[in-house]
Amino acid sequence: MIDLLRDIVAGLFLVAGAGFILVGAIGINRMPDLFTRIHAASLIDTTGVGLVLVGLMFLGGFSLVTVKLVFLLAFLLFMGPVATHALAAAALHAGIKPDLADAPKPPRGGKAANGKAANDRTANGKPAGAKAAGSRAAARKAGPL
Amino acid sequence: MARMASLGLFLFVFWLLLSGHYTVWLIGAGLIVSALLAVGAHFLGLADEEGHPVNRLGAGLAYWPWLAVEIIKSSVDVARIILNPKLPIAPEMFETKVGPRTPVGVATYANSITLTPGTITVEVDRERDTFLVHALTRAGADGVRGGEMDRRVTRFEGRAA
Repeated sequence: MIDLLRDIVAGLFLVAGAGFILVGAIGINRMPDLFTRIHAASLIDTTGVGLVLVGLMFLGGFSLVTVKLVFLLAFLLFMGPVATHALAAAALHAGIKPDLADAPKPPRGGKAANGKAANDRTANGKPAGAKAAGSRAAARKAGPL
Repeated sequence: MARMASLGLFLFVFWLLLSGHYTVWLIGAGLIVSALLAVGAHFLGLADEEGHPVNRLGAGLAYWPWLAVEIIKSSVDVARIILNPKLPIAPEMFETKVGPRTPVGVATYANSITLTPGTITVEVDRERDTFLVHALTRAGADGVRGGEMDRRVTRFEGRAA
Protein backbone atom coordinates (compact mmCIF):
# COMPACT_ATOMS: atom_id res chain seq x y z
CA MET A 1 0.00 0.00 0.00
CA ILE A 2 2.76 2.41 1.00
CA ASP A 3 4.74 1.24 -2.01
CA LEU A 4 1.84 1.97 -4.30
CA LEU A 5 1.38 5.43 -2.79
CA ARG A 6 5.09 6.14 -3.18
CA ASP A 7 5.03 5.05 -6.81
CA ILE A 8 2.04 7.27 -7.51
CA VAL A 9 3.68 10.33 -5.92
CA ALA A 10 6.95 9.60 -7.73
CA GLY A 11 5.07 9.18 -11.00
CA LEU A 12 3.29 12.50 -10.52
CA PHE A 13 6.62 14.27 -10.00
CA LEU A 14 8.17 12.53 -13.02
CA VAL A 15 5.24 13.37 -15.28
CA ALA A 16 5.20 16.99 -14.07
CA GLY A 17 8.95 17.27 -14.69
CA ALA A 18 8.65 15.72 -18.14
CA GLY A 19 5.78 18.11 -18.88
CA PHE A 20 7.89 21.13 -17.97
CA ILE A 21 10.73 19.80 -20.15
CA LEU A 22 8.32 19.42 -23.07
CA VAL A 23 6.88 22.91 -22.57
CA GLY A 24 10.40 24.31 -22.32
CA ALA A 25 11.36 22.63 -25.59
CA ILE A 26 8.25 24.09 -27.27
CA GLY A 27 9.17 27.47 -25.78
CA ILE A 28 12.70 27.35 -27.22
CA ASN A 29 11.14 26.94 -30.64
CA ARG A 30 8.47 29.63 -30.19
CA MET A 31 10.50 32.43 -28.58
CA PRO A 32 11.71 35.18 -30.94
CA ASP A 33 15.32 35.82 -29.81
CA LEU A 34 18.22 34.42 -27.83
CA PHE A 35 17.41 36.03 -24.47
CA THR A 36 13.78 34.97 -24.47
CA ARG A 37 14.85 31.46 -25.50
CA ILE A 38 17.08 31.31 -22.42
CA HIS A 39 13.95 31.88 -20.32
CA ALA A 40 12.32 28.86 -21.94
CA ALA A 41 15.49 26.82 -21.43
CA SER A 42 15.61 27.69 -17.73
CA LEU A 43 12.19 26.06 -17.43
CA ILE A 44 13.92 22.82 -18.48
CA ASP A 45 17.10 22.97 -16.44
CA THR A 46 15.55 24.25 -13.22
CA THR A 47 11.98 23.05 -12.91
CA GLY A 48 11.90 20.13 -15.33
CA VAL A 49 15.06 18.41 -14.20
CA GLY A 50 14.39 19.39 -10.56
CA LEU A 51 10.97 17.72 -10.52
CA VAL A 52 12.32 14.61 -12.26
CA LEU A 53 15.06 14.33 -9.63
CA VAL A 54 12.53 14.73 -6.79
CA GLY A 55 10.43 11.98 -8.37
CA LEU A 56 13.47 9.71 -8.53
CA MET A 57 14.18 10.48 -4.85
CA PHE A 58 10.77 9.07 -3.96
CA LEU A 59 11.59 5.92 -5.95
CA GLY A 60 15.00 5.70 -4.26
CA GLY A 61 13.53 5.67 -0.75
CA PHE A 62 15.84 6.05 2.24
CA SER A 63 19.07 4.97 0.58
CA LEU A 64 22.44 6.25 -0.56
CA VAL A 65 20.99 6.60 -4.06
CA THR A 66 18.62 9.25 -2.73
CA VAL A 67 21.51 11.03 -1.02
CA LYS A 68 23.34 11.15 -4.33
CA LEU A 69 20.24 12.52 -6.03
CA VAL A 70 20.07 15.24 -3.37
CA PHE A 71 23.71 16.15 -4.11
CA LEU A 72 22.94 16.14 -7.82
CA LEU A 73 19.99 18.49 -7.35
CA ALA A 74 22.04 20.80 -5.13
CA PHE A 75 24.91 20.99 -7.63
CA LEU A 76 22.44 21.58 -10.45
CA LEU A 77 20.74 24.41 -8.59
CA PHE A 78 24.08 26.05 -7.76
CA MET A 79 25.71 25.62 -11.17
CA GLY A 80 22.80 25.94 -13.60
CA PRO A 81 22.27 29.67 -13.03
CA VAL A 82 26.01 30.34 -13.33
CA ALA A 83 26.04 28.73 -16.79
CA THR A 84 22.86 30.58 -17.79
CA HIS A 85 24.31 33.89 -16.59
CA ALA A 86 27.56 33.22 -18.47
CA LEU A 87 25.61 32.51 -21.66
CA ALA A 88 23.52 35.69 -21.37
CA ALA A 89 26.52 37.86 -20.45
CA ALA A 90 28.58 36.45 -23.33
CA ALA A 91 25.74 37.07 -25.78
CA LEU A 92 25.40 40.68 -24.62
CA HIS A 93 29.17 41.28 -24.84
CA ALA A 94 29.23 39.72 -28.31
CA GLY A 95 26.85 42.50 -29.36
CA ILE A 96 23.58 40.56 -29.63
CA LYS A 97 20.78 43.07 -29.06
CA PRO A 98 17.88 41.75 -27.01
CA ASP A 99 14.51 42.04 -28.72
CA LEU A 100 12.80 44.35 -26.23
CA ALA A 101 9.24 45.58 -25.93
CA ASP A 102 9.98 49.28 -26.35
CA ALA A 103 7.92 52.32 -25.43
CA PRO A 104 5.48 51.87 -28.35
CA LYS A 105 3.99 48.67 -27.02
CA PRO A 106 3.98 45.89 -29.63
CA PRO A 107 0.46 44.71 -30.40
CA ARG A 108 -0.45 41.54 -28.53
CA GLY A 109 -1.28 39.53 -31.61
CA GLY A 110 -0.65 36.22 -33.33
CA LYS A 111 2.19 35.35 -35.63
CA ALA A 112 1.37 37.99 -38.29
CA ALA A 113 1.20 40.80 -35.73
CA ASN A 114 4.45 39.64 -34.16
CA GLY A 115 6.17 39.75 -37.54
CA LYS A 116 4.85 43.24 -38.13
CA ALA A 117 6.02 44.42 -34.74
CA ALA A 118 9.49 43.06 -35.41
CA ASN A 119 9.61 44.95 -38.72
CA ASP A 120 8.48 48.16 -37.05
CA ARG A 121 11.17 47.82 -34.47
CA THR A 122 13.95 47.37 -37.02
CA ALA A 123 12.62 50.43 -38.86
CA ASN A 124 11.93 52.88 -36.00
CA GLY A 125 13.36 51.30 -32.88
CA LYS A 126 17.01 51.46 -33.96
CA PRO A 127 17.95 54.82 -32.40
CA ALA A 128 16.51 53.91 -29.01
CA GLY A 129 18.20 50.51 -28.98
CA ALA A 130 21.52 51.96 -30.14
CA LYS A 131 21.33 54.65 -27.47
CA ALA A 132 20.68 52.13 -24.71
CA ALA A 133 23.57 49.97 -25.89
CA GLY A 134 25.78 53.06 -26.05
CA SER A 135 25.03 54.07 -22.47
CA ARG A 136 25.69 50.50 -21.32
CA ALA A 137 29.01 50.51 -23.14
CA ALA A 138 29.86 53.83 -21.50
CA ALA A 139 28.96 52.44 -18.11
CA ARG A 140 31.18 49.46 -18.74
CA LYS A 141 34.03 51.71 -19.83
CA ALA A 142 33.78 53.61 -16.55
CA GLY A 143 34.18 50.34 -14.66
CA PRO A 144 37.45 48.61 -13.79
CA LEU A 145 37.69 47.03 -17.23
CA MET B 1 40.61 27.41 11.99
CA ALA B 2 37.12 26.25 12.90
CA ARG B 3 36.17 26.79 9.27
CA MET B 4 39.01 24.53 8.14
CA ALA B 5 37.87 21.78 10.51
CA SER B 6 34.31 22.19 9.28
CA LEU B 7 35.44 21.95 5.65
CA GLY B 8 37.35 18.75 6.45
CA LEU B 9 34.28 17.30 8.17
CA PHE B 10 32.03 18.20 5.22
CA LEU B 11 34.47 16.64 2.74
CA PHE B 12 34.71 13.46 4.82
CA VAL B 13 30.92 13.10 5.15
CA PHE B 14 30.63 13.75 1.40
CA TRP B 15 33.14 10.96 0.77
CA LEU B 16 31.28 8.56 3.07
CA LEU B 17 27.91 9.25 1.45
CA LEU B 18 29.24 8.89 -2.09
CA SER B 19 31.28 5.76 -1.38
CA GLY B 20 28.85 3.44 0.39
CA HIS B 21 31.68 0.92 0.97
CA TYR B 22 32.62 1.04 4.63
CA THR B 23 35.93 -0.77 4.94
CA VAL B 24 38.87 0.39 7.05
CA TRP B 25 40.96 1.10 3.94
CA LEU B 26 38.34 3.28 2.21
CA ILE B 27 37.31 5.18 5.33
CA GLY B 28 40.94 5.75 6.29
CA ALA B 29 41.82 6.95 2.79
CA GLY B 30 38.83 9.32 2.83
CA LEU B 31 39.84 10.67 6.22
CA ILE B 32 43.39 11.40 5.08
CA VAL B 33 42.37 12.90 1.74
CA SER B 34 39.71 15.17 3.22
CA ALA B 35 42.07 16.32 5.98
CA LEU B 36 44.79 17.11 3.41
CA LEU B 37 42.31 18.96 1.21
CA ALA B 38 41.00 21.01 4.14
CA VAL B 39 44.52 21.99 5.20
CA GLY B 40 45.48 22.76 1.60
CA ALA B 41 42.36 24.87 1.08
CA HIS B 42 43.14 26.73 4.29
CA PHE B 43 46.64 27.66 3.14
CA LEU B 44 45.47 28.53 -0.38
CA GLY B 45 42.92 30.90 1.16
CA LEU B 46 39.96 28.93 -0.18
CA ALA B 47 38.46 27.97 3.17
CA ASP B 48 37.20 31.46 3.96
CA GLU B 49 33.70 32.85 4.37
CA GLU B 50 33.38 32.99 0.58
CA GLY B 51 34.66 29.50 -0.24
CA HIS B 52 32.98 27.59 2.59
CA PRO B 53 30.11 29.72 3.93
CA VAL B 54 28.95 27.09 6.42
CA ASN B 55 27.74 29.70 8.90
CA ARG B 56 25.01 30.64 6.40
CA LEU B 57 23.62 27.09 6.30
CA GLY B 58 20.84 27.72 8.83
CA ALA B 59 19.78 30.93 7.07
CA GLY B 60 19.87 29.00 3.80
CA LEU B 61 17.48 26.38 5.14
CA ALA B 62 15.05 29.20 5.89
CA TYR B 63 15.55 30.87 2.48
CA TRP B 64 15.59 27.92 0.06
CA PRO B 65 12.01 26.68 0.65
CA TRP B 66 10.70 30.17 -0.12
CA LEU B 67 12.89 30.22 -3.25
CA ALA B 68 11.56 26.79 -4.31
CA VAL B 69 7.97 28.04 -4.04
CA GLU B 70 8.87 31.13 -6.08
CA ILE B 71 10.54 28.94 -8.74
CA ILE B 72 7.44 26.74 -9.03
CA LYS B 73 5.12 29.76 -9.22
CA SER B 74 7.10 31.53 -11.94
CA SER B 75 7.64 28.22 -13.80
CA VAL B 76 3.88 27.84 -14.09
CA ASP B 77 3.62 31.45 -15.26
CA VAL B 78 6.29 30.95 -17.96
CA ALA B 79 4.74 27.63 -19.04
CA ARG B 80 1.36 29.36 -19.45
CA ILE B 81 2.99 32.09 -21.56
CA ILE B 82 4.67 29.51 -23.80
CA LEU B 83 1.47 27.53 -24.28
CA ASN B 84 -0.61 30.66 -24.90
CA PRO B 85 -1.16 30.84 -28.70
CA LYS B 86 -0.66 34.63 -28.57
CA LEU B 87 2.74 34.30 -26.82
CA PRO B 88 2.13 37.38 -24.63
CA ILE B 89 5.74 38.33 -23.88
CA ALA B 90 7.10 41.83 -23.28
CA PRO B 91 10.86 41.41 -22.78
CA GLU B 92 12.51 44.06 -20.66
CA MET B 93 16.08 44.85 -19.73
CA PHE B 94 16.55 46.97 -16.62
CA GLU B 95 18.95 47.70 -13.79
CA THR B 96 18.05 46.89 -10.22
CA LYS B 97 19.70 47.87 -6.96
CA VAL B 98 21.41 45.13 -4.97
CA GLY B 99 20.88 45.07 -1.22
CA PRO B 100 23.30 42.28 -0.21
CA ARG B 101 26.88 43.37 0.46
CA THR B 102 28.94 40.19 0.91
CA PRO B 103 30.16 38.09 -2.06
CA VAL B 104 28.01 35.17 -0.90
CA GLY B 105 24.92 37.38 -0.65
CA VAL B 106 25.44 38.98 -4.08
CA ALA B 107 26.08 35.60 -5.74
CA THR B 108 23.01 34.11 -4.04
CA TYR B 109 20.81 36.99 -5.17
CA ALA B 110 22.11 36.84 -8.77
CA ASN B 111 21.65 33.07 -8.88
CA SER B 112 18.17 33.29 -7.36
CA ILE B 113 17.06 35.76 -10.04
CA THR B 114 18.47 33.51 -12.76
CA LEU B 115 17.01 30.33 -11.23
CA THR B 116 13.53 31.83 -11.27
CA PRO B 117 12.22 31.22 -14.81
CA GLY B 118 11.35 34.47 -16.55
CA THR B 119 14.23 36.54 -15.21
CA ILE B 120 17.99 36.35 -15.87
CA THR B 121 20.83 38.30 -14.31
CA VAL B 122 22.82 39.39 -17.36
CA GLU B 123 25.45 41.56 -15.71
CA VAL B 124 26.69 42.06 -12.16
CA ASP B 125 28.16 45.50 -11.43
CA ARG B 126 29.78 45.46 -8.02
CA GLU B 127 31.13 48.99 -8.43
CA ARG B 128 27.67 50.54 -8.48
CA ASP B 129 25.91 47.60 -6.78
CA THR B 130 23.45 46.95 -9.58
CA PHE B 131 22.37 43.96 -11.64
CA LEU B 132 21.35 44.17 -15.27
CA VAL B 133 18.29 41.90 -15.43
CA HIS B 134 16.45 40.57 -18.49
CA ALA B 135 12.81 39.73 -17.83
CA LEU B 136 10.38 37.92 -20.09
CA THR B 137 7.31 39.88 -18.98
CA ARG B 138 6.47 43.10 -17.19
CA ALA B 139 5.06 41.06 -14.30
CA GLY B 140 8.37 39.23 -13.90
CA ALA B 141 10.29 42.51 -14.02
CA ASP B 142 7.98 44.05 -11.42
CA GLY B 143 8.55 40.99 -9.23
CA VAL B 144 12.29 41.74 -9.19
CA ARG B 145 11.74 45.50 -8.78
CA GLY B 146 9.40 44.83 -5.87
CA GLY B 147 12.47 43.75 -3.94
CA GLU B 148 11.07 40.95 -1.80
CA MET B 149 13.80 38.57 -2.95
CA ASP B 150 16.36 41.30 -2.30
CA ARG B 151 15.15 41.68 1.30
CA ARG B 152 15.08 37.94 1.88
CA VAL B 153 18.62 37.46 0.52
CA THR B 154 19.80 40.37 2.68
CA ARG B 155 18.31 38.59 5.69
CA PHE B 156 19.92 35.30 4.53
CA GLU B 157 23.24 37.12 4.30
CA GLY B 158 22.96 37.96 7.99
CA ARG B 159 23.62 41.70 7.86
CA ALA B 160 20.47 43.73 8.21
CA ALA B 161 20.66 46.62 5.76
